[in-house]
Amino acid sequence: MKPKPPRINIIMWRFMGSRLISSTRCMSTSTKALSRFGWWDRVSPAAKDPIIGVTEAFLADTNPHKINLGVGAYRDDEGKPVVLQCVRNAEAKIAGCDFMESNATAVGSKLVEESVKLAYGKDANVVKEGTFAGLQALSGTGACRLFAEFQRRFHPESPIYFPDPTWSNHPNIWRDAQVPVRTFQYYHPVSKGLNFAALMDDIKNAPDASFFLLHPCAHNPTGVDPTAEQWREISYQFKVKSHFPFFDVAYQGFASGDLDMDAQAIRIFLEDGHLIGCAQSFAKNMGLYGHRVGCLSVLCADAKQAVAVKSQLQQIARAMYSNPPIHGLLLVSTILSDPETKALWVKEVKVMANRIQQMRSTLRESLEKLASPLNWEHITNQVGMFCFSGLTADQVDRLVREFHIYLTQDGRMSMAGVTTSNVSYLANAIHEVTRYN
Amino acid sequence: MRQQNTSLEAHGFESPTTESSFSSSISSSSSATDRRLKALARHLVDSSPVMDSHSQNPNDTVSPSPTSSAFHADSVFAHLVRAPEDPILGVTVAYNKDPSPIKLNLGVGAYRTEEGKPLVLNVVRQAEQQLVNDRSRVKEYLPIVGLAEYNKLSAKLILGADSPAIQENRVTTVQCLSGTGSLRVGGEFLARHYHQLTIYIPLPTWGNHPKVFTLAGLSVKTYRYYDPATRGLDFQGLLEDLGSAPSGAIVLLHACAHNPTGVDPTIQQWEQIRQLMRSKALLPFFDSAYQGFASGSLDADAQPVRMFVADGGECLVAQSYAKNMGLYGERVGALSIVCKSADVASRVESQLKLVIRPMYSSPPIHGASIVATILKDRNLYTEWTIELKAMADRIISMRQQLFDALRARGTPGDWSHIIKQIGMFTFTGLNSEQVAFMTREYHIYMTSDGRISMAGLSSRTVPHLADAIHAAVTSFA
Repeated sequence: MKPKPPRINIIMWRFMGSRLISSTRCMSTSTKALSRFGWWDRVSPAAKDPIIGVTEAFLADTNPHKINLGVGAYRDDEGKPVVLQCVRNAEAKIAGCDFMESNATAVGSKLVEESVKLAYGKDANVVKEGTFAGLQALSGTGACRLFAEFQRRFHPESPIYFPDPTWSNHPNIWRDAQVPVRTFQYYHPVSKGLNFAALMDDIKNAPDASFFLLHPCAHNPTGVDPTAEQWREISYQFKVKSHFPFFDVAYQGFASGDLDMDAQAIRIFLEDGHLIGCAQSFAKNMGLYGHRVGCLSVLCADAKQAVAVKSQLQQIARAMYSNPPIHGLLLVSTILSDPETKALWVKEVKVMANRIQQMRSTLRESLEKLASPLNWEHITNQVGMFCFSGLTADQVDRLVREFHIYLTQDGRMSMAGVTTSNVSYLANAIHEVTRYN
Repeated sequence: MRQQNTSLEAHGFESPTTESSFSSSISSSSSATDRRLKALARHLVDSSPVMDSHSQNPNDTVSPSPTSSAFHADSVFAHLVRAPEDPILGVTVAYNKDPSPIKLNLGVGAYRTEEGKPLVLNVVRQAEQQLVNDRSRVKEYLPIVGLAEYNKLSAKLILGADSPAIQENRVTTVQCLSGTGSLRVGGEFLARHYHQLTIYIPLPTWGNHPKVFTLAGLSVKTYRYYDPATRGLDFQGLLEDLGSAPSGAIVLLHACAHNPTGVDPTIQQWEQIRQLMRSKALLPFFDSAYQGFASGSLDADAQPVRMFVADGGECLVAQSYAKNMGLYGERVGALSIVCKSADVASRVESQLKLVIRPMYSSPPIHGASIVATILKDRNLYTEWTIELKAMADRIISMRQQLFDALRARGTPGDWSHIIKQIGMFTFTGLNSEQVAFMTREYHIYMTSDGRISMAGLSSRTVPHLADAIHAAVTSFA
């Protein structure tokens, strides 16, 4: 295995809405000052992660009116994090069990089995015939990273295409796997909706057999999703071009409240015979953020190939962290394989999705009642946890400085942070910073 | 939701169905098929390359075809071959397949009780119960660097609570996924920010070490370590090889209970190694997977690491709680980087975050919470040290019993290395032919390099192993 070349003076691009922010990382090349100043003297301070940095700033703020609209982590109407009842039930079942080491493989397999049923449908051919390689992963990030490393290993020249914009960590993941990054047009800033024509053009103009990352529902950060009809057209064009579709499924259940409905795009691609890849996360829809539970699956032509692909994925994981932690795997597979607990979970997901939809409506109504000069339809048009508000960086700065409302620079607001008690304050603040533009 | 679709409308195509809710069902196949036909028709008029059997009459109604088979393309990964089994984990796979009632698994370094069962420590059960019962606990994301309390406690555990490096804030500690994860994150950090991208690993070493560091972007070389003639340390060879390494090279050191050989330098030898390394500005990277497991004393097992930190120099340390807390499956570990100053440590930490975020965003909460609960509670901590000593003692006892059993059988050869080596593993000195024989005839599973995990032995199974070794050695001299 060839060692990676030293990363000297790499420019790192991060997408922040329509702005690009660059930072350079310098590599220490001189050794003469070592004994006095140590090895790391020339290490420059890294830029803060744009999303996690928001939460850090929020936590440091002492203002009583502060609101955190940064990270996409669900909050109840009191603004508190939630541990789902189905999770508590599962936890009580597994606490202190002898699972710590011996059953790791079996538990991992169970998790994969249940995860793929969720994404593909329990009656899907691929599920019944087992023509997929599946591996438990460290939530969505870990699943994406495994796939990125796998893509690099077996298609070393291939770039990955991301929608513009996409989650800010996506380019970091593929870049660290040494896969070149490209984008395709997606968001239409004027309409605050989907730029479908441009999207289709970019799909057609990309070289044949390109790798594309798609958000099947509740696109992060925009909340803008294609319709089923548009998905079918995208799927068809992917067939024409022999593109590889990779789905990042972070919000199944959070978009519509219905788990199957939110997997619609995936099922369309499956119907059309695509051999897709899929990263699933249970961070949001099961509230298991800190447990790092996810699943990577890659559909294969036959079971034999599935064995080969899985073995390669395991190798990649083994040199990174070996296995994900067993506790989270146990929780998820316990919940999904017990019909009663699963039914409870389905209900709880719907409650979370409904509360967010409710907050969207309320926020929009409040802004309209304040006679805002701007059009706020996109608040209820967009779907899932995030609203791409359209606020400029300056407006965002004012929200932070004057109103102690925290969100990312690109204007992305996590609606999960909105409650009935803070929605008026939020609406007023947004109105204040936008009324004279 | 309404989506803009001006260009299609401009071309006279009907606009896609606007849907304000996701109520349209995809279950009715005829309406879904109708929409697909319309979409297909549009594309057939619009673009020239067209799929398969639908190409003859572009403007006719296209007949529906069964779903998966018609468009089923070949996989883009069809050219893959199956990767070889991981040699260590592969032993357990083979063991599980064996139906023999007398089979013995001496492969993976996971502790087993005298009854051959995995062990969940009492303190771990108590800690877990506490966590479950605490209804105020939530499952939010940990910070990228992990649980702060856990990080502080881990640093104290390995460096000593009174370590000046800790008091001076010169240590940055990040929670990682057990030893493997800590090594990988450390390796990636070094590949990005260090000036000498070569790491020297002992010969032999844990099978996963070279893979972890290579994929992290370092180039891997070896230094002599094990002497097959004495079944002990090749100290001269070690000093020579480290002495001729380029200045600034990284050196991987097993903090105690070397894996796979069980051969550790003495304290005097460690001192010599330290002096040599500092004189050549070699960067120490400790892998501490067995603290407390080797001698039964947490402090004694940390001595080599503390010696290096005491001289004021810098180093990296990867810690694992897999074995000493039995938390194998929960993936609990930590990477500490000891720096010259607090300012440097802070900058180093910020760069470590950039390695971690694109790898898995943040570490898992459960295992680290268990460890923190135990380490910060005086009673639980004390109880832990007792349980840890019991595990170490049982292993030491197995060593003695195996040695005695081989002597009793008059097995040819000097087997004193079994009681001289330390920790979970014994490098028996058996060759791969002898190992294969033992697996075939005696259903004993171990890695082909002759390494056995003493933790897999019990008083009941020692005679069986001794018989197998005896037979192997006398059949294949």
